[in-house]
Amino acid sequence: MKATRDAFGQALLELGRENANVVALTADLGESVKTGAFAKEFPARFFQMGIAEANMVDVAAGMATVGKIPFATTFAIFGTGRAWESVRNTVGYPKLNVKIACTHSGLGVGEDGASHQALEDVAVMRVIPGMTVVVPADYPSAYKATKAVAAHVGPCYLRLGRPSVKVVYEKEFDFTIGKANLLRDGSDIAFVANGPCLAFALEAADELAKQGVKAAVADFHTVKPLDVDTLVRLAERCKRIVTCEEHNVIGGLGSACAEALAKKRPTPMRMVGTQDTFGESGKYQDLWKKYGIDAAGILKAARELL
Amino acid sequence: MPNLTAPLKTDLQNAARKLRRLVVQSLAKAASGHPGGSLGMADVFTALFFGGFVRHDPKNPHWAQRDRVVLSNGHICPILYATLAARGYFPEAWLDSLRQVDSHLQGHPALNKTPGVEMSTGSLGHGIATAVGMALALRLDRSDSRVYALMGDGELQEGLCWEAFMAAAHYRLSNLVVIIDRNDAQIDGKTTEIMNIDPLDQKLASFGFQVITVDGHSFESLFDALNAAQSAVDRPVALIANTVMGKGVSFMEKEGHKWHGKAPSTEQATLALKEIGA
Ligand SMILES: Cc1ncc(C[n+]2csc(CCOP(=O)(O)OP(=O)(O)O)c2C)c(N)n1
Repeated sequence: MKATRDAFGQALLELGRENANVVALTADLGESVKTGAFAKEFPARFFQMGIAEANMVDVAAGMATVGKIPFATTFAIFGTGRAWESVRNTVGYPKLNVKIACTHSGLGVGEDGASHQALEDVAVMRVIPGMTVVVPADYPSAYKATKAVAAHVGPCYLRLGRPSVKVVYEKEFDFTIGKANLLRDGSDIAFVANGPCLAFALEAADELAKQGVKAAVADFHTVKPLDVDTLVRLAERCKRIVTCEEHNVIGGLGSACAEALAKKRPTPMRMVGTQDTFGESGKYQDLWKKYGIDAAGILKAARELL
Repeated sequence: MPNLTAPLKTDLQNAARKLRRLVVQSLAKAASGHPGGSLGMADVFTALFFGGFVRHDPKNPHWAQRDRVVLSNGHICPILYATLAARGYFPEAWLDSLRQVDSHLQGHPALNKTPGVEMSTGSLGHGIATAVGMALALRLDRSDSRVYALMGDGELQEGLCWEAFMAAAHYRLSNLVVIIDRNDAQIDGKTTEIMNIDPLDQKLASFGFQVITVDGHSFESLFDALNAAQSAVDRPVALIANTVMGKGVSFMEKEGHKWHGKAPSTEQATLALKEIGA
């Protein structure tokens, strides 16, 4: 059990060593977003911007025009919410090489409650033309995702979480932006998941296997550009798709898949995620359960299709 | 105008002790949350709600003639909740459910969940801007209600705050009183070092505010300033309240910003309660 934000902190530190153009900015949340190690080793390339997220993103955009690779870091709600128009107009529109790297996404924020739980960040980043949107599931993939968004030239949104989550990728694996990873093959139903929901989808698939139902499980860590080929292949083979995300079902991974399938191969679907509601305070495990973001929620959705 | 008599001062000291106790107990129970600012602003809340400054009716939280208190630094809501409970807006037992699933008391203030909360806040900078809206609308209704907006000093780094200040001065909102928790602490360190906001008094004055610097732990100082704010005529008033993060609990006072957002353990809470002595 490890947090994806910790993987980000480690990868960022290594990026600092590998590439002198990598810089990091934060908005009074350095400790929480794990920029500490980078800041310690590269104090001149670390910028504390205070509680001023819109300015931080614009400053990052300015740095990108001079050839830097800025990681602008804060909580997901502020980096994609308060700063949205900065991201759209000064990062997205000019296609600048800025990485919006945000932790504390989703209900995983826990006790701080609805004001801090971004459940729409993927949606609002995804609608920006040219934006790459990556939602890693665990520590090893968040580590690789951080390296991958740094290597990718162009605007990226990297969505990270606060709580420790199960490690899904235990063996060597490939992480390519825009390419889904099929973790388990199946023929009856496909679970298309990302973030912490990937582990829940595997759990649900185990449960179904006991009843002889073969569920495929795929990590759609990149919501944009979506791996439409893999999605269509899964739809053709399994005929039923359940999307699983720690995000509002409006606008996120589920919507992205539905948009693609509606054009290429209409398929019966269910979407696991928050159902057009705000979150609330509580332990994140309690919240995931209450809002159906767990294996039980995925199984319930699967049974509606089977 | 409220007058700080000797018996009232004793009452206020007792009330502040009680609020600090409720803050420590509710945060220890929740095992998460923000004690530093909550304890640091306990004396300000006491003066406002127990000193006769805020016009309100706990039995009728939607009373149209009430003054509005907007907690723009929403993370210090444990002190707001303690105050509302102590004044009878809801049972003190609610404090035990702070930050838990299905609670009336969210980790940050939520308008529709807690009686006495005037605005959903927690994302810094919004509270002050909505307070400007309340003050404008109340004046339009020829109401003599006042709006008190409480803010953190780190919060002032948000550009939105200064847009709101500009509007407040532009519209000469003499019914708006801004109280700034000047503890020179925020999450990552000292406000002066993270992103300096000084000279704060001059900035606010140049934005068009009447600025009063007060000792946020002295009822004499707070009464003088809050009384002066009541007679403001043509401009908004800003109180810069010099406070100590974690005030009343020595181990928190010593460590400053480290207690911005960390709940005391059971043992720490026991120590803290002994010191608070309520
Ligand atoms: C827009 C926004 N950005 C970031 C945060 C995260 N955050 C919560 S409190 C805080 C520090 C606030 O400092 P200050 O206003 O001085 O309050 P104090 O530490 O004195 O309680 C930050 C950065 C937030 N709540 N809202």
